[in-house]
Amino acid sequence: MTMLTNLSRRTVLKGIAGTSGFVIGARIGADQLLGLPANAAEGKLEANLFVAVDGDGSVTITCARSEMGQGVRTSLPMIIADEMEADWARCSVVQADAEQKWNDFGQELDTDGSRSVRRDINHLRAAGAGARKMLEMAAAEMWGVPAEECVAQNHRVSHAPSGRSADFGELVATASGLEAPDPATVQVKDRSDWKYIANESAFTPDAYVDLVDMTTGKGMFGADTMLDGMKTAVVARSPVYRGKVESYDDSAAMAITGVRGTVELPMPELPIAFKQLGGVAVIADNTWAALEGRKALDIQWSDSENSALDSPSYDAALRKAAAEPGTTIRERGSYELARDKASAKEFTREYFVPFFIHTPMEPPAAVANYQDGKVEIWAASQHPMAVRDTIAEVLGIEKENVLVHITLLGGGFGRKSKADYAVEAAYLSREVGAPVRLVWTREDEVQNGYYHAASAQSISAVIDAGRVSGWRHGVAFPSILGLWVPEQKIGFNIEHGLGLIDMPYNSIENIRIENGDANLHTRIGWYRSVNNIQHSFAINSFANELAHEIGRDPVEFQLELIGEPAIIDLTKEKVEDYWNYGDPIEDYPIDTGRLAGVLRKARDVSGYGKSLPKGHGLGLAVHRSFLSYIAQAVRVQVSDDGNYTVTRVDTVLDCGLGANPERIRAQCEGAAVYGNTIARFGQITYGQGAVNESNFHDYPVSRIDDSPLNVHLHRIENDHIPSGVGEPMVPPFAPALANAIFDATGKRIRNLPIRPEDIAAG
Amino acid sequence: MNLTVNGSPQEFGGDPNMPLLWYVRDVLGLTGSKFACGTGLCGSCTVHVGGEAVRACVTPVSAAEGMEVTTIEGLDAEGNHPVQRAWRAHNVPQCGYCQSGQIMQAAALLSQNPDPSDQEIMDGMSGNICRCGTYQRIFAAVKTAAKEV
Repeated sequence: MTMLTNLSRRTVLKGIAGTSGFVIGARIGADQLLGLPANAAEGKLEANLFVAVDGDGSVTITCARSEMGQGVRTSLPMIIADEMEADWARCSVVQADAEQKWNDFGQELDTDGSRSVRRDINHLRAAGAGARKMLEMAAAEMWGVPAEECVAQNHRVSHAPSGRSADFGELVATASGLEAPDPATVQVKDRSDWKYIANESAFTPDAYVDLVDMTTGKGMFGADTMLDGMKTAVVARSPVYRGKVESYDDSAAMAITGVRGTVELPMPELPIAFKQLGGVAVIADNTWAALEGRKALDIQWSDSENSALDSPSYDAALRKAAAEPGTTIRERGSYELARDKASAKEFTREYFVPFFIHTPMEPPAAVANYQDGKVEIWAASQHPMAVRDTIAEVLGIEKENVLVHITLLGGGFGRKSKADYAVEAAYLSREVGAPVRLVWTREDEVQNGYYHAASAQSISAVIDAGRVSGWRHGVAFPSILGLWVPEQKIGFNIEHGLGLIDMPYNSIENIRIENGDANLHTRIGWYRSVNNIQHSFAINSFANELAHEIGRDPVEFQLELIGEPAIIDLTKEKVEDYWNYGDPIEDYPIDTGRLAGVLRKARDVSGYGKSLPKGHGLGLAVHRSFLSYIAQAVRVQVSDDGNYTVTRVDTVLDCGLGANPERIRAQCEGAAVYGNTIARFGQITYGQGAVNESNFHDYPVSRIDDSPLNVHLHRIENDHIPSGVGEPMVPPFAPALANAIFDATGKRIRNLPIRPEDIAAG
Repeated sequence: MNLTVNGSPQEFGGDPNMPLLWYVRDVLGLTGSKFACGTGLCGSCTVHVGGEAVRACVTPVSAAEGMEVTTIEGLDAEGNHPVQRAWRAHNVPQCGYCQSGQIMQAAALLSQNPDPSDQEIMDGMSGNICRCGTYQRIFAAVKTAAKEV
């Protein structure tokens, strides 16, 4: 239950002295960070967990979150450099290993949930400010002047009264002998003094630590580590979840040049969590021989309780469960009383979103070396501690004997927050007695993954005297919690909190949200923006449909549903444990004013309301997720055969403070493409328990010629603390597109993916 | 068999059916070319053989016999090919994994057609997938590079 315990953990909030009026809710305070002893190293200042300065003045900053395309290895260290007054050109970045010291301190390494900046900014600022303080103290000692007269700026400390100044490097010898500063004396900068944080002009291409490597092929990803004597392994896994190896014949495989052997990977006991699936590994001198060897294996797989999984019947069961009464997870007023009024009319529609798989360009990969009871592993992982802990569990060794290095990730999207592939690599290295590079093919990734849950939704509104007086939303989907609780039938609070129980139509007096039962037959996992995808799709689509039903302008109607600016308090509506993305509700309330604000802005910037040429449409959607507020306006052109082109996307984002505005724009552009894949193509189906799709020919994703290339970001400028960016710009896309297609054609979309033939069918 | 990779003569006595991708990655240790689909559907493995962009994951090494193979590592000695410079100017990469293949594809496109139309850029780049969704910047970077080659 790693995920659950992590989410419930709260570290004591401690303040940091500062004149900045900019208060950031934080779990880790300066006292905790700065109270740690600075390591006295020869000729080097190790100021704290994150910052070291060498005698030549070069600064080394540790990045404790995984790089998977969000630019985190630049954005987070630049927060430290700014507070430290370090010249970014003289800073380099190293990647944190999964060391216990991070757990002890409270630094999450898990890069997930769009939370790196919001969870880390406060203590990263303190880390930078603390290092700066130590350099200022060193200058004061060298010069025999009061510390408060020594001021760091641009990699030098100066003493104005005497006119002396010194480069950081000249202060290292003295600074390394100092005690850590009293936190009470450490001040973070005023926001107005920031040079890098939130300053788009600081994030030039030269600022990016991995950009040259990424354009010259030098970036090191999960399968790129080369060790002496390394073998390559691929694993044949059951096409059906929990199918067992009954027997296998590897004689044909062993006859292939370069194949060195086969190893049976055991199927672990449930719960599966992040452990390996099990199967038969082929060990070879190179990847090609391993792949050829796997093809030549003759394996008899057992059936399992999941062999009956068949998409048509499974989907029908979900639809039935969503429409029928389920477990009530939020209740305001009485939906039944509203519905049963003589003047009331009930309007119901159903929506369906299928299973998806992540398809990061880099399939899961890791290189492991087991020697003398210890594992060293280089893994493309979002979750270094899960890699460490799961390897320790499966191999039966102490966590301290697992050293995890994190490579660049060729995309993550949630897939690489699971450790199964790293466990396979470590297990095989032990069995083989040599370093092992573990390679997943695309087919492996598509057919043996952790799937975004398929979901059925049924929404009903009670229309009374032209107003919506009641709202009932029923959902059914297999739960991620099944990874730990195999018998789980309904979702848990985290899934419910992904845009479902936090449904923001606050003007409606009677609300009931229900979760129907669903069986589990595969591994369910989180996927960029998770259940927000389907909840945003259904809620925004239904609101649009309802507006047309009663003859109202959809955007004005949606603003009316959201109501006057207010904070929604779910505790008054029988919601026991709203998780709020793991952050305090007092720091990040559900604020309908901010939600309405982004919708109004999207309306205004998109030219909403103007007449469009025939075949063109404009659709809007709005959604709060990962504590941010996003509205999207999608322009579409639909031809007679139902083919459609997204001609423009306007995304309005209210994420409070944005540490790196340049990468926020990149995330905005990428999220539109990601949303386009979901809306247009995403669909995993099952037959006889196995995934039918296998690669990009039958599981297509957006390409340059079908993607939105005209994507515009509009930020709401305000003083709110930072909230999520990586995921929340995904969920509004599909409903905005569906609403745009309706605007263009009158064809209502209630199921994803949106196929041209369904539009053309009229 | 003999071939040239990034200007260096190479001799290979292994399985001639081994895809060029695994030859350059596993045998030569040139890991800049990436594996993503193994079926020629995504372009992450794109290299040049005789100046043409090919999908190394489905091209047997025997097809490169006697040919000049260029991988991302050899596109430009300093990493400053006009396409690489344009990629950096537009800060194209997010995760970076597909970008070796995108760059090799764009370089081959521009060497054959130094002044591509918008549609020709779309057609030329549509075989290369980017899941981070950097297409808007890829499109702009190809146009920038076209002005320089």
